[in-house]
Amino acid sequence: MSDDSAAGAEADLPEGVERRTFGGRERLSTRGAQVYGEPVDAEGWRAWDAGRSKLGAMLELGMDTGLVGDESVLYLGAASGTTVSHVADFAGPTYAVEFAPRPVRDLVGVAEDRTNLFPLLKDARDPESYAHVVESGIDCLVMDVATRGQATVAVRNRQFLADDGRLLMAVKARSEDVTAEPDDVFDDVVAELESAYEILDTARLDRFHADHLGIVARPK
Amino acid sequence: MTDAWFAGADPDDPESGATRVRTGRASAPADWPAEAVDAGFAADDTDYYAKLRSATLAAASEAVAERERADDVQLAHAVRAMDDAERTANELAERVVEWAGTLYEDVPRGLDGVRDIAARDPKTAAEERVVSYATRAVDLLDERDDLRAFIEERAPTTAPNLAEMAGPVLAARLIALAGGLESLAKKPSGTVQVLGAEDALFAHLKGRATSPKHGVIFTHEYVRGTRPQDRGSAARALAGKLSIAARIDHYSGDYRPDLHDELADRMATIRARADEEADE
Ligand SMILES: C[S@@+](CC[C@H](N)C(=O)[O-])C[C@H]1O[C@@H](n2cnc3c(N)ncnc32)[C@H](O)[C@@H]1O
Repeated sequence: MSDDSAAGAEADLPEGVERRTFGGRERLSTRGAQVYGEPVDAEGWRAWDAGRSKLGAMLELGMDTGLVGDESVLYLGAASGTTVSHVADFAGPTYAVEFAPRPVRDLVGVAEDRTNLFPLLKDARDPESYAHVVESGIDCLVMDVATRGQATVAVRNRQFLADDGRLLMAVKARSEDVTAEPDDVFDDVVAELESAYEILDTARLDRFHADHLGIVARPK
Repeated sequence: MTDAWFAGADPDDPESGATRVRTGRASAPADWPAEAVDAGFAADDTDYYAKLRSATLAAASEAVAERERADDVQLAHAVRAMDDAERTANELAERVVEWAGTLYEDVPRGLDGVRDIAARDPKTAAEERVVSYATRAVDLLDERDDLRAFIEERAPTTAPNLAEMAGPVLAARLIALAGGLESLAKKPSGTVQVLGAEDALFAHLKGRATSPKHGVIFTHEYVRGTRPQDRGSAARALAGKLSIAARIDHYSGDYRPDLHDELADRMATIRARADEEADE
């Protein structure tokens, strides 16, 4: 378990995620096979670059994700596996959905180095196309699809989540509407999410990702 | 009855599971690991996840290969459309320049002339017609440029080695002439060498001409930029490596830098002949 006093006001990191020193700087890290040229220390911990990962940024900013380690995860918008590789390092069964073929080719390579990562070339807007593979009662639904209708996708995929599960979502304002003010976009997304989820926490990820909002929610 | 991916799949054959992962559907998720153990598909959770892993890895690799293969059809259409747009624009340009020459004094020749006319402010009904006509031709030229940009963006993902070696547009042309990346990958390199020279080849087979040394690959710098007496060797070397590139792109999709280095070495040797003879 993490050391409460050291963590201070910040939420505990999940088991399997540690702050370690790389090149003189404290960074998040997980232990597993290297994926994108990230620094790896002598004990096999690899730095988790919050600038390349919205979930990494949410943890780095101290959001209470509810992650403890070893949970089952459904990850939507896995791309070539940068973030989901870290997730699979500390989580249990990890289902990674991505609909673009090119990144999935790389994602398969990432999954080949791990025993608990299951790549799925599927469209997150059509959950029935993977409901025969992904188990029910998922502990954590991570979403980073950066596409129009992000809230709708979250609502449609709620059926996979356990009642006490968590939705961890990164919303990209520009994906919804390039002309609107990010705050207005975020308000709309949150309003739509509230039809199916109770919002526990939101935070701007701007320090790492411009015009992105991080959301932690649980099913209603 | 269950919709589970493992329903009807052979527990010892990841391929059958992969097909179910790709094509199956369910209206809602369920506790699949427990169902699989109950159904005797897996001994326990660990065994279940190991089987799920093999099936999803195989399914994702196959699905990616198939989807990317379908992209070759798009490339083939795009390059044909690009050529149509260019040919038609040239035809329209000829008319525009000829016609505009009767109305204006200073009309530049060819496609430049078309852009020039399209930008003018018509003063008479006839000028209005010719300027409008020129505008269509310019639109077509812009369309050709957009098609080229599309090919340049797509070819490197569809066929990374072929696109690197031939350049995106020639890669797309070879794919179009062969009727797809798969058929290109299956053609012997001698055929790749003369793709696009079918008329000349036909004449040769009829005994009316010598055998052609190259088809569209003539547009490649390695052939065009080699002195005439060495062009046959250059075309043969290039076609040989292009065939290998097409096979790698079709069957594995990995980018292979060494392949490109080998061709560069071979070309350097062929071109060195000219220097050697010059030294003698
Ligand atoms: C911002 S990137 C994800 C980056 C990734 N999460 C990481 O941190 O490594 C968004 C990804 O979502 C994918 N995506 C967009 N719409 C999708 C959909 N409907 N279904 C599945 N994936 C989708 C895109 O193809 C893209 O790869």
